[in-house]
Amino acid sequence: MLDKLLFYFFAGVAVASAVLMVTRRNVVHSAIFLITALLATAGIFLQLRAEFLFIVQIILYVGGIMVLFVFVIMLVNLDVALQQIQFARQKWVALLVALALAAQVGFMFWTSGKMPGQGLPVLIAAVAEHLPPNSETVAHSLFESYLLPFEIASVLLLVAMIGAVVMAKKRT
Amino acid sequence: MNAASQATLEFLKLYWAPLLCGVAIVAILPLIVGYIVLVERKLMADMQARLGPMRVGPHGLLQPIADALKLLIKEDIIPDNADKLVFWLAPVLSVGAALLSLAGLAIGPAFQIAQDINIGILFVVGISALGIFGIVLGGWASNSHYSLMGALRSSAQLVSYETAAGMALVSALLFTGTLNIKSIVEAQSKEGIWFVMLAPVAFFTYLVASIAETNRAPFDLPEAESELVAGYMTEFSGFRWSLYFLAEYTNMIVVASVATTLFLGGWLRPFAGVGWLNFLDFVPTLLMAGVGAYCIVRAPKQPVRVQQLFMLAVAGLCFVLGLVLVVPLLLPIAKPFYAGIHGGFWFIFKVSLYIYFFMWLRFTIPRYRFDQLMRLGWHFLIPLSIINVLLVGVALIAGSYFNLHGWGLLLVTTPAAVTALVVALLILGAEKERDARQNQTAASDFYAG
Repeated sequence: MLDKLLFYFFAGVAVASAVLMVTRRNVVHSAIFLITALLATAGIFLQLRAEFLFIVQIILYVGGIMVLFVFVIMLVNLDVALQQIQFARQKWVALLVALALAAQVGFMFWTSGKMPGQGLPVLIAAVAEHLPPNSETVAHSLFESYLLPFEIASVLLLVAMIGAVVMAKKRT
Repeated sequence: MNAASQATLEFLKLYWAPLLCGVAIVAILPLIVGYIVLVERKLMADMQARLGPMRVGPHGLLQPIADALKLLIKEDIIPDNADKLVFWLAPVLSVGAALLSLAGLAIGPAFQIAQDINIGILFVVGISALGIFGIVLGGWASNSHYSLMGALRSSAQLVSYETAAGMALVSALLFTGTLNIKSIVEAQSKEGIWFVMLAPVAFFTYLVASIAETNRAPFDLPEAESELVAGYMTEFSGFRWSLYFLAEYTNMIVVASVATTLFLGGWLRPFAGVGWLNFLDFVPTLLMAGVGAYCIVRAPKQPVRVQQLFMLAVAGLCFVLGLVLVVPLLLPIAKPFYAGIHGGFWFIFKVSLYIYFFMWLRFTIPRYRFDQLMRLGWHFLIPLSIINVLLVGVALIAGSYFNLHGWGLLLVTTPAAVTALVVALLILGAEKERDARQNQTAASDFYAG
């Protein structure tokens, strides 16, 4: 009962703040709602007993990327930004992509035969004890099972980082 | 009984103790923070050859309560053009994040609110980092340039120094192989050596980065009085301002606790595993008795009778605490409480020392310029901490190759630390050379803020 309640709470907050994020005209308010959406998603991760994902979501997205977002937003002149066109004119493409995504999600539910919120692990300590610890599981799969893809991704990120540094560097 | 109430009952059974602890901490923490501020003011006064607060209570001991009362009944001012909702939300965010991160800490083996979370230390660090949004949004919502400047500096500073702090944590975590706070301390007790000995460079990096993360002097650029009035807090007053203050000092407690847990052996007594040093268990009692005796000696010299009585009451409290600390050592019945009571004492003692060191630095080192701060972070601390992670890793592999444990690990970690020091000196030398070159070509540019 409680777990379902929590799930619907987090899911509702995530969806509502995502909608609010897109519709707010004030950029900082949008950023706050994006933070709320990310935190609510982290809550769902935690409920799925993926505590490592939960904290990585918070540290990386909320604590790292969002701080940079807000930093950039504050450097932008908001009054000028408000007068510009805020929405790209790609309604039909966007609608198509959204419908395709909705179809995918719907297909997933249809094939699994479960409604959203069903099949969640119950919030009882006895059940949790039988699950393997999440951070260890993530570590094993990253550094043992999928080492090569992980390294390739790291090299890709490194290249992007060096590229950014080179582009930002002053020509002397 | 239906399913819903049964679930609620089950929930309460599992969580009532943590909930109660949480409420207790939220209730007591403002008082603790108030007294930390008093200690800071007294220390500052001492270093500047003054007396500090002396009026309220003996030696100003009741000053924090008077201050809190004053802050609570002050007029609540919101600027006209402020973003009201965000202005309201920002201090709450700051203080909420700081208090929430306390939940993961273990004060002694017995006291931990969120028991045995797998991600322990990451939880504490990650949640406490969320407090930055309170600062940034508060600075933005005030609709004032000083505030915005403070907010910008704060976010830049936090993002820069979090990397260094994270890398320092990684160096220490390499020794434990777990993120769980209890297991981290148990690993130190098993090795019989604190990680500050094994990873001194990481401890230093974390120390510097944690000062920057808590916006303390010499890195208190976001609230630099001489440049920005009060930085992000400029437009805040009364209760909201005190919430920011509470958050700042709670964050200090959090970083001090993280450092204590990871590097200083958490709740372990110095030389916890060494049998012939067991007499060290009596040190807490002696310390308490000493403070109590000092209070009794000083009591007759107080000018007012109420103050004399207050001093005697403080002395009595010290003696009671000393008694509580000594009973588990002498009475076999009270033996089970030994670990909890003494663990709590040592943990709080170490955290206090760490905070004391923060204050000490604040009154010793002048404030940095913003470009100096950024350079220290990006050009010195981050490379040093990354190289240190590599070196510690190599040392650990060498240690497992030679099958070294405990103090033996020093054989491999000391060369690693020395190498890291050499690297640090090399970086500093390169920086100096670059400075000299820049000074020759053009005047250095001050892009503060």
